[in-house]
Order: sequence, then C-alpha cells, then structure tokens
Amino acid sequence: MKTDIILAGVGGQGILTIAAAIGMAAVNKGLYLKQAEVHGMSQRGGDVQSNLRISDKPIYSDLVAKGCADIIISVEPMEALRYLPYLKKGGYVITNIVPYNNIPDYPETELILDRINKLPFKIALDADQIAKETATARASNIVILGAATPFLGLSLEELEGGIKSLFGSKGEDVVESNIKALRAGYDFAKSKI
Amino acid sequence: MRKLLLLGDEAIAQGAIDGGISGFYAYPGTPSTEIMEYAQHSKETKEKGIPCIWSTNEKTAMESAIGMSYAGKRAMAQMKHVGLNVAADAFINASITGVNGGLIVVGADDPSMHSSQNEQDSRFFGNFAMIPVLEPSNQQEAYDMAYKGFEISEKFNVPVLLRITTRLAHSRAGVETYEQKQQNEMSLPKDPRQFVLLPAIARKNYKKLLNMQASIIEASNESVYNKYIDASDKTLGVIACGIAYNYLMENYAGNCPFPVIKISQYPLPEKHIKRMRQECKSILVLEDGYPLVEQELRGFFNEGITIKGRLDGTLPRDGELNPNIVAQALGLPICEGESIPEVVKMRPPSLCMGCGHRDMYNALNEALAPYGQGRVFSDIGCYTLGALPPFNAINSCVDMGASITMAIGASDAGLVPAVAVIGDSTFTHSGMTGLIDAINKNSPIVVIISDNFTTGMTGGQDSASHGRMAEICKGLGVNPDHIKLMNPLKKYHEENTEIIKKELAYNGLSVIIPQRECIQTAARNKRAALKSN
Repeated sequence: MKTDIILAGVGGQGILTIAAAIGMAAVNKGLYLKQAEVHGMSQRGGDVQSNLRISDKPIYSDLVAKGCADIIISVEPMEALRYLPYLKKGGYVITNIVPYNNIPDYPETELILDRINKLPFKIALDADQIAKETATARASNIVILGAATPFLGLSLEELEGGIKSLFGSKGEDVVESNIKALRAGYDFAKSKI
Repeated sequence: MRKLLLLGDEAIAQGAIDGGISGFYAYPGTPSTEIMEYAQHSKETKEKGIPCIWSTNEKTAMESAIGMSYAGKRAMAQMKHVGLNVAADAFINASITGVNGGLIVVGADDPSMHSSQNEQDSRFFGNFAMIPVLEPSNQQEAYDMAYKGFEISEKFNVPVLLRITTRLAHSRAGVETYEQKQQNEMSLPKDPRQFVLLPAIARKNYKKLLNMQASIIEASNESVYNKYIDASDKTLGVIACGIAYNYLMENYAGNCPFPVIKISQYPLPEKHIKRMRQECKSILVLEDGYPLVEQELRGFFNEGITIKGRLDGTLPRDGELNPNIVAQALGLPICEGESIPEVVKMRPPSLCMGCGHRDMYNALNEALAPYGQGRVFSDIGCYTLGALPPFNAINSCVDMGASITMAIGASDAGLVPAVAVIGDSTFTHSGMTGLIDAINKNSPIVVIISDNFTTGMTGGQDSASHGRMAEICKGLGVNPDHIKLMNPLKKYHEENTEIIKKELAYNGLSVIIPQRECIQTAARNKRAALKSN
C-alpha cells in the first residue's frame, strides 16, 4: 500500500497533531513514512502544509508530486482548495467548513463552500461543531482526522492506537476525548460515502 | 539498536549524541533550530551533563565548539546558512588550526527562502575552507554522518561541514540508531602551538591542509555515501547530490534507466565523475542550492561533453528542487491536478494577535507621521513582519544587527531622525557593537529594542539579555536620560507615542525599550506551570 497525503491549514491550527497521529499509527504497523513539515516564519498565521507519505515500501521523496496526492486533509476550507494541483484524479478532499479569517480579503464563505461542493470527491464537515458536541472544541482537528480515516489505508483501530500513543502521556481523559472525536468524524464520513 | 521517527535535524542531534559528542553550540535559525532543541530535551545529554548551549550568536557558538575541540573533545556548532556568514572568520580559520577533538559544523541552507533573506549554498564555504562536506540524502544518512563525522574530522585533522537543506531538516522518517560511543577524554593538542595562527605557524598549518587534499578526495572516492549506480542507457548520466537523489529515484520508482552518481560527500569523487565522463554521452546535474557541481564540471571553457543543469536552463536557476521540477528536466510527463481556484487568496504570515510588536509599531507609526516615510531600519525577527500591511512600518531588513548601523549611516547622510527597530535577541547577537558606534558619535537616531524576552521567530529560545536590556545599554554608555522603557499595550498607546515623539525630537542617541513577553512564550510558560502544579 501507499498513501500520499497533503495536510493543510493555518499556522497554529494543529495539522502537525494530525500528522503525528497518522505517523504513530503507521509506525506501529511497521510502515515506512516520510513527513515534511513547515517550521519558522510561515508558522506565524500563514498558510501551512505538511506532506505525509506512508507506504509498505521504502519512500524516496519527502515531497508529494503534483497530481499524485491520494487525499487532501484540511482543517480550513480555503486552505483545502490551495493544494488542488497536488490532488490526483479521483482523489478525495476532506475538509472542515469553518473558515479561519485572519486576512483582510478573506472571500465570502459561500464562495469557498460552493467551490468545495463542486469537487467530485469530498467530505466537508463542521468539525468545530461536531467536536463541541462529542468531545471538546479543541479536538476539531481530530474530528477531521476521523473523517479522513476511511481513505488512509489504515483502520479505525490502528488510528485509535496512534491517538493512544500520541496522547497517552496526557492522561486517560484526553485519550478518551480524542478517540470520541475521531469516531465522530469517522461516522460522519462513513455516512457520506 | 533503536528505531526512531526523527526530523532530519533531530537525526543529526541523535547521531552526534551516539557518536560521542561532548558539546552542542548554536544560535537559533530556521531550518537548523531543531538540532539544539532535540539535544536539549534529550535524556542522554542531561544524564551525561553534555552542554547544549544557545550561544549569543553563531560566531560565539563556533568558537566555543573550536575550544572544545582544542581540549580534545568532540563538538558540534549548528547554524542556518546566513549564520555561517557570521561565523565565517572562526570557521575558515578552524581549517587552518585543524582540530584536536572531532568538530562538525552544520550549515542548514534554505533554498526557496522559506524563512531567509537569501538562498546561499554552504557547500561553497566547505570548498573555501578545503574541508570534507557531507550532504545527507535522507534522515538515516543525516544520523550516520553526525555519528561518523567526528571520526572523519579527527582522521583528517580538519572540521567537517554537514550541509543540509530545509526539506531534509524538517522532514520526519524512521532512523535506526547505533551503539553509543564513549566521549573523548580531555587532552591537549600534541603540538602546543597548533592553534596559534601567527603567520609563521599558519603557513606551516596551511601547507599541511594543502597536502591533505589528495587524501580528502580519496576519501570521497571510497565514501559509502557516494555511489556509482550503473544502468544500460548511456545517452545520459545523472549526478544527484543530497536529497536531489530522492527526487530522481521517485520519478523512476527506484529504477533509473541512466547511470547515476549519488553524491553525499565532497570534494567530488573524481573516480566516479571520470567514469561517467567516459561512459555517458551527456550529464545532468541535480543539486539543491547553487550550481556548484555543475560549474565545477563545466569549467571556464565548457568544451566537450554536454552538461545540463541549472546553468543551461534544464532546471530553474533558483529555488529548491522537487519531484516535478526533476521530472520536467528528464522529459517525463507531469499530471498536475486542478489549478488553484481564483477564490483562494494569499495568506502571508503575520504578527500574532496580542503581540507587543504590534503595539510598538502602532505607536511608532503615529509618532513618525509628521516626519514622513522611509526612515525605519529594521532587523531579523518576528518584527520584520512589520513590513507588511497593516503596518507598512519598516524600510530595511538586511542582516542581523544592521538596523542600528544602517540608521547611523543614513543619519550621516542627512536622514534625521532615523529609527532602528531591533529585537532583544538580535540586539545581543549583533546589535551591541553597532550601538557602541552610535554612542561614540552620539548619532541622532532612535533605537527601539522591542524586547519580548525570547528569540520569537524560531519558536521561543533563550535570549541572551535575560531582562537586563536597560542595564546593558547603560553599561555600553548610552546616556541614561535617553533610555526609555515602555509597556507595549493598547492601553498605554498615548503615552508610548509621546515617549517616541519626544525622543525623535532629541538631536542625539536615544534607546527606547518596549518590554512585554512574547505571547507564544507566555502561553507556553503558563501551560508548563500548570502541568508542574
């Protein structure tokens, strides 16, 4: 198996936590992994992405080539669209629909969501709302991860294992809350496919 | 042996720890910062009491590392590419002194300038110093090279330059570790004058370095990091340096139809290059950064075999490589997805909401309004983002410390008042010497040291002034009547603006110090405090 993922969001929104959870699950399963991150200046409220590649064979490039990503996972709707050139034909976009508006010319939300609705393969969800209802508002990125889970080539149980490895040191409550968020996102995606 | 999931930077730190290092010295700079952060958080460095020091700047870091090498122990100095400029004096001369304990210098380059003001290529510095340069192609090699680099350094009696780029520094992959080596015992150099670069001694040392070159090249020929991978189609040979090798192999799923030289140790392995010259009709050079190898192969007359790369337009002259650019150079198809919809807007980085630099700029802009635009010299740090809307507040950012000294020169030219805006960490890095220049001539400039008690842009590392900024300025000799402290908060906007206005009107040197902790650091400290309770 091989899954090439583009993770997208705004600096500080927690995409590296999603990457780390997938990474843990992949490593626990004995898969190869490469994950390119953005550090430094761009982290200050700018657009950030992470290229995450998992495979059962050794991986060469740290970067995903254009037109080769199996999925785009985004915690912000406009950022999901920014990486479309990287998405392969038939690839899925999994995105939050709650905008993060920190620029003066942020487009009207309607325009963004219309464009997302036109994508042939997408899961678009209000992850903030789902997180609030099922776990805690802070876990909206994990809801998004849950919604992406059917497309990762990893099972829900394997992702739960990843969450446990990642949050284990923070206590049982944190693990449980994040697993609830993960399952809520997963159930949402399952109901849409 | 353990298997770890590490950033390239972290792999270097772990490799050095396992390779018997006795001291890490660095100044933070993207993309090198995470080497020290990993070393500082490592259990092993704590248990062994290995110093992991944020030095005041790259030069002091390099010199401390040279000092540890003098005392027989293994040391590493880490910095971003432009940091190597700051440390260049020490670095170049360390190849003349030679080493005692192994010395690795990490130069972390930033092609495409993700977080930098240029994309200079540190391999030139290695060439300049006539020392071995290691350029890992993946995280495992990054670990291996830090692990074995000390021995290479000790064998040839020179520092070794470990050159990485942003992509490797900030990408994570699995790394297998080796058995931990013992640290060296402290021991003085056999020749007590080895490190004394008086001309007579330097001439002798330099001859030694020159005589060593043949064996340094031979080491490249035999290096496990350099490989000649033969293939049947000899119409082209590909020289792939560092991570460019990955992009090449990605495009051919590991089976390149052309002969390939994978290069991760310099100077160039003559043996492999000559073979490719003989067996292949043309050569494509893939290298991240400047066309160093390509230039070397072409020579001045560029006669003979066709050499393709960044200089003939086969590859772009600037910017980092990626799988697509390499595919294009090889004439392979690219199946790009949909283009970016028009509705997507740029989202540049910006100062955090609640950041003290924001309040400083708001006050400065208002105070400066009567004088007109174009008189604010700034520096390297988060506050450089003051160049962007809504502030549009600064007119320069050149190199660490240049704000104060450029303001001096501009005021000499008649731009009075001129203003310098510099952060606390940049001030202790390279601003203090410039301030003494301003003190000695009582330059009519206003120096604003926007003090947030941290090195913010790189993620909140130690800042060398530790809240003593006013005392430092007083000690250097600034007139205490013109050292003004302020609290950069919205509620003090009026009085802060007044302070700046008053000092702008003063015909001499003023230092204004807005002081408020970086909100990112403050939040982190609060979380840490909660956790420990």
